[in-house]
Amino acid sequence: MARAELMDFDKALELFEPVIGLEVHVELNTTTKMFSSAPNPANSQFHGAEPNTLITPVCLGLPGSLPVVNGDAVKYSISLGLALGCEIAPSSRFARKNYFYPDLAKNYQISQYDEPIAFDGEVEVELENGRVFTVPIERAHMEEDAGKLTHVGGSTGRIQGAEYSLVDYNRAGVPLVEIVTRPIFGGEADTPALAKAYVATIRDIVLSLGISEARMERGNLRCDANVSLRPRGQEKLGTRTETKNVNSMRSVERAVRYEIQRQAAILAGGGTIIQETRHWHEDTGATSAGRPKSDADDYRYFPEPDLLPVVPSKELVDELRAALPEAPAARRRRLKSEWGFSDDEFQIVANSGMLNELAETVAAGATPAAARKWWTGEIARLANAADVDASGLVSPEHVAELAQLVDSGTLTDRLARQVLEGVIAGEGSPQQVVDARGLAVVSDDGALIAAIDEALASQPDVLAKIRDGKVQAAGAVIGAVMKAMQGKADAARVRELVLERAQA
Amino acid sequence: MSEITAEQVAHLANLARIALTDEEIGHLTTELGQIMHAVEKVSEVATPDVPPTSHPIPMQNVFRDDVVGTTVLTADEALAGAPESDDSRFKVSAILGEEQ
Repeated sequence: MARAELMDFDKALELFEPVIGLEVHVELNTTTKMFSSAPNPANSQFHGAEPNTLITPVCLGLPGSLPVVNGDAVKYSISLGLALGCEIAPSSRFARKNYFYPDLAKNYQISQYDEPIAFDGEVEVELENGRVFTVPIERAHMEEDAGKLTHVGGSTGRIQGAEYSLVDYNRAGVPLVEIVTRPIFGGEADTPALAKAYVATIRDIVLSLGISEARMERGNLRCDANVSLRPRGQEKLGTRTETKNVNSMRSVERAVRYEIQRQAAILAGGGTIIQETRHWHEDTGATSAGRPKSDADDYRYFPEPDLLPVVPSKELVDELRAALPEAPAARRRRLKSEWGFSDDEFQIVANSGMLNELAETVAAGATPAAARKWWTGEIARLANAADVDASGLVSPEHVAELAQLVDSGTLTDRLARQVLEGVIAGEGSPQQVVDARGLAVVSDDGALIAAIDEALASQPDVLAKIRDGKVQAAGAVIGAVMKAMQGKADAARVRELVLERAQA
Repeated sequence: MSEITAEQVAHLANLARIALTDEEIGHLTTELGQIMHAVEKVSEVATPDVPPTSHPIPMQNVFRDDVVGTTVLTADEALAGAPESDDSRFKVSAILGEEQ
């Protein structure tokens, strides 16, 4: 694939104003599917199921089968709508989106068209650089996911060149909420970062609601990014492209940046942007042209005759509103103030994605400073080295216990790092690792004094210096003692004792 | 209401992935037009004070509990009616350029 010509990002920003619109699909983690009582593969208890084993006749659109709406999926959708600051439609209905493609056996997808469950909201989004944006939400509607196709025979597993495709309908019918923003203006040079931060905020919201597993790599959260440019000073919006297949937070940022640079190069060269679907390629960091918007986009929506309107009672909406968790942006402000972190300190934690881990560690008894030190320091380092997610490495409870062992003087920082390795290796809780490996600080002064006396005796010149008041010379003795104690001593206490014994 | 045109029928056939001869398109254009006219009669009695309806039964909020049902199929059952299958999956011919 030939790489498109790109304009320098800053230059592109000088000439054009980027405008984006984001569509995020959220797979809900209900026990069953949207319109069928089949197990929902987006719920953790059904991960890894064999192909075509999580389906009922409804998922296959078999003759005589009829959809029935999952009541919990509706509640989840309303909660999400409320968390996005949306109005909840007093009456909402489903519609058929008709298209012929084997990812849905019915030849239509049940979606919502003219009466979405939620509309007109806004979400506060905080960028990694601390800038806060309000992203306008046009609508959030309920629909069903499609099945998964595997293209066989093509050289790259993609559809181009494939001889045939294999279809697994496990995912067909998984409850989805599609969240659509209005055009987002004013992002300017922060536009790619804003797109990423918006998706991260949606993830935080659905996680705090507990309505999705929100794992992008699993497809629980998917983003389509619409990008257009307009020349500075022009009112009319430029032609947009829609980039699909963006499967990580980082890719969202990269894909938007790439499209800005690609479109700028075309426009500056006198070309025109074709309104089309583009595919993001993680490996090359580029987008490629998909199909152009055409006749095939004629979906002939009409009201779904098999389903009845959803008319949420005011009581239900009020109840769900009352149960809403704190909005992510508000929660961040509260935690920052409670923890007494500086802007920079807090930003590092927030950007590390370990805010929840920190909060849980503090809740388990650690000081905020200790929790921050461990999660953004040693744990992040170990996770990075092992190329795994820090949150899966060690539990907040264990980190709190570790921090408390340091606070109480049982462990030095150095010993604590060894204990952490033991905990991560599955040797048990920090206390169990301390006991099993015998890592506790030697707090028995008798043992320390014996080692100190021995070190002083073997370094008479140092002893003489200390006695002459050259206290800094004690370092050599302290080092020898720490070595003799295999690091299991509190250096400050050793220093105290060295000075004491030198005068004895 | 506007007449059904041959172009519309050809467009619909394309969307539905049905290959039609010109003769068939002509035939269907006439038939679909007649159906349209028959349905159009409804507008003679549908006065502005009759609200549009998408469902004949005045019901709403029919929901299912979020519990796995008894009609979950095995892969063998699911594939029983498939013209072709491979490795517990339905086998379909590749359709180029139409990734949704």
